[in-house]
Amino acid sequence: MIRRRAALARHIPWTLLIFLVLIWVPWLGSRYDTFLATQIAIQALFAVSLNLLLGTTGLVSFGHVAYFGVGAYVCAILMKTYGMPFVVAFPAAGIGAAVFALVAGFFCVRLTKIYFAMLTLAFSQIVWAICFKWNEVTGGDQGLPDIPYPDLDWMAAVPGLADLRLSDRFYLLTLLLVAVSLAVLRQITHSPFGRMLTTIRDNPERAAFIGLNVRAYELAAFVVAGAFAGLAGALFGIFNRGVFADYVFWSKSAEVMIMTILGGMDYFWGPPVGTLALVWLNQQTTSYTEYWPFVLGTLLIVLLYAFPGGIVGGLAAAFRLARRRIVRGDA
Amino acid sequence: MPLAASLCPQAGRERSPRSARVRGGTAPEADRMAASFLFSQFMGGLTAAMFLFLIASGLSLVFGVMRVLNFAHGSFYMLGAYLAWQAVQWLQPAPERFWPAALFAALGVAALGAIVERCLLRYLYGREELYQLLFTYALVLILGDAAKFVWGTTQLSVSRPPLLAGGIAVFDTIVPVYNLFIMIVGPAIAVAGWLVLSRTGAGRMVRAASQDREMLDALGANVGGIYTGMFVVSSFLAGLSGALVTPIQSIVPGMDVEIIVQAFIVVVIGGLGSFWGTFWGSVIYGQVLSFGILIFPGFSLFSVFALMVVILVIRPWGLFGRPL
Repeated sequence: MIRRRAALARHIPWTLLIFLVLIWVPWLGSRYDTFLATQIAIQALFAVSLNLLLGTTGLVSFGHVAYFGVGAYVCAILMKTYGMPFVVAFPAAGIGAAVFALVAGFFCVRLTKIYFAMLTLAFSQIVWAICFKWNEVTGGDQGLPDIPYPDLDWMAAVPGLADLRLSDRFYLLTLLLVAVSLAVLRQITHSPFGRMLTTIRDNPERAAFIGLNVRAYELAAFVVAGAFAGLAGALFGIFNRGVFADYVFWSKSAEVMIMTILGGMDYFWGPPVGTLALVWLNQQTTSYTEYWPFVLGTLLIVLLYAFPGGIVGGLAAAFRLARRRIVRGDA
Repeated sequence: MPLAASLCPQAGRERSPRSARVRGGTAPEADRMAASFLFSQFMGGLTAAMFLFLIASGLSLVFGVMRVLNFAHGSFYMLGAYLAWQAVQWLQPAPERFWPAALFAALGVAALGAIVERCLLRYLYGREELYQLLFTYALVLILGDAAKFVWGTTQLSVSRPPLLAGGIAVFDTIVPVYNLFIMIVGPAIAVAGWLVLSRTGAGRMVRAASQDREMLDALGANVGGIYTGMFVVSSFLAGLSGALVTPIQSIVPGMDVEIIVQAFIVVVIGGLGSFWGTFWGSVIYGQVLSFGILIFPGFSLFSVFALMVVILVIRPWGLFGRPL
């Protein structure tokens, strides 16, 4: 009975249902809810792209924010300085981030463990130094404010969307793009290629013995993760109405890593759950106190010692335990 | 602004050396001005290097023995600066109050290090390095906010100890006596550390622990105690360098995350875990930053990160380290 119900539950397309529910946020929620939902969607994509390295391939990248930043700057510069449409700037952001990830990753994947983390950190600080100082192109420490919204007038032609605010329309666009990106990332994770990455994570020596080109696979994962981080960055720059060098500082890499771990890096949907939890918690905390980093640090320590599997990992363990008890009770 | 940049006299203005040369009228005088200018850049770089060595030596020790990359080392440094300021306030009437304050700060941070290692960090040694990294990052968040809570966000500063106030003119450049003092303290600590590590029984145990922890454990040595001791020494050095930097630099929130990246660069250049490597890494870093400002104005930050990348790509174990 229980088993059959579980099998039935597996056939329900949960992700599609959640997507369909999220579409209604601009109508059901306040303006602020839409704002939060946009932020969560973008950061969730960023966290999932990191998790392709962290959870799937087992590469501890401490500079993932570099690719997010490259994407944000490429999109912002193309749209603001050169007046290009979003349709061009958005893919260009992904490609720019992927190219940079290819160059940086070529060197990074040659190193292992702590040295890999250090080199990714160094590359991300190079990006930061360039963004911070190259005044003519990146605006230096002033950043690039007032990035235009994409042209979303075509949405007025869609019945029901005519009277939406511009920020609500941007939310719908973001939701669509993030959903497509997540679907692609999920396909990649569950493809034979993704399985190979997991093999490399679990045992790189054995993966090399059976003939896998470990470095090439790791580099491919690095580039894909970088590209999707770039897409998230492009959306974030527009959402935030500006791109600033602070985005690329190394501590941002740690933040997205916390989101990933909080949700659970062993699960594809862990990072989005972690993002949701962290953004919600941030909202709750900052209304009481300005010491959000203190709360975050304490939470992180509790997480590391008590729930290393994160929220999804903890829930899955609890669910397995409960089901085993029930099944045993039935028999 | 990075430490070295704020210590170099020309850093803020970032003007080219040519302008200094043009202004001096006759040729010999111009040469002398250029020489004195280069000398002051060199001294600025060297002072910054010795400060960074004080900070990075502790980071390198902990990595060399425990293989833990301690992001919180910069926070310990910041805490040392704040504690020194606090102690100076408490000791208001005494004339040479800076020295007891510095000692107090270093001991306070060392005590904190002992608590952190004994109560939390040691349970993570067997885990993946990701968890250790994130643990030390959690400490960065907590300590940074705690310092903000206690001392606020305004800039604090400590005046130079009267014994070391003033400066000495060398090659038409006035070098503050305090900077000269730091240039003596840095090498002194390097020599002392090297002597302890290479000549004493305790140093031999530390080297053994860094080479084969399990074997040392099996031989009956107290490896846990060695780890705690190393972490405490490292925290002491961080606290001391934080206290010693206060007469030159104002104390602000955010100095922790800024210094830790520079300390990482230094230990990577010299070789993670190599004590003399860290020393020479600091010297190279200070000079690259100091003269990088002249060669690529505005991009000196870029040049030091590029240096870190090049070293990691060619010799991940650094110039003076050996492969793990």
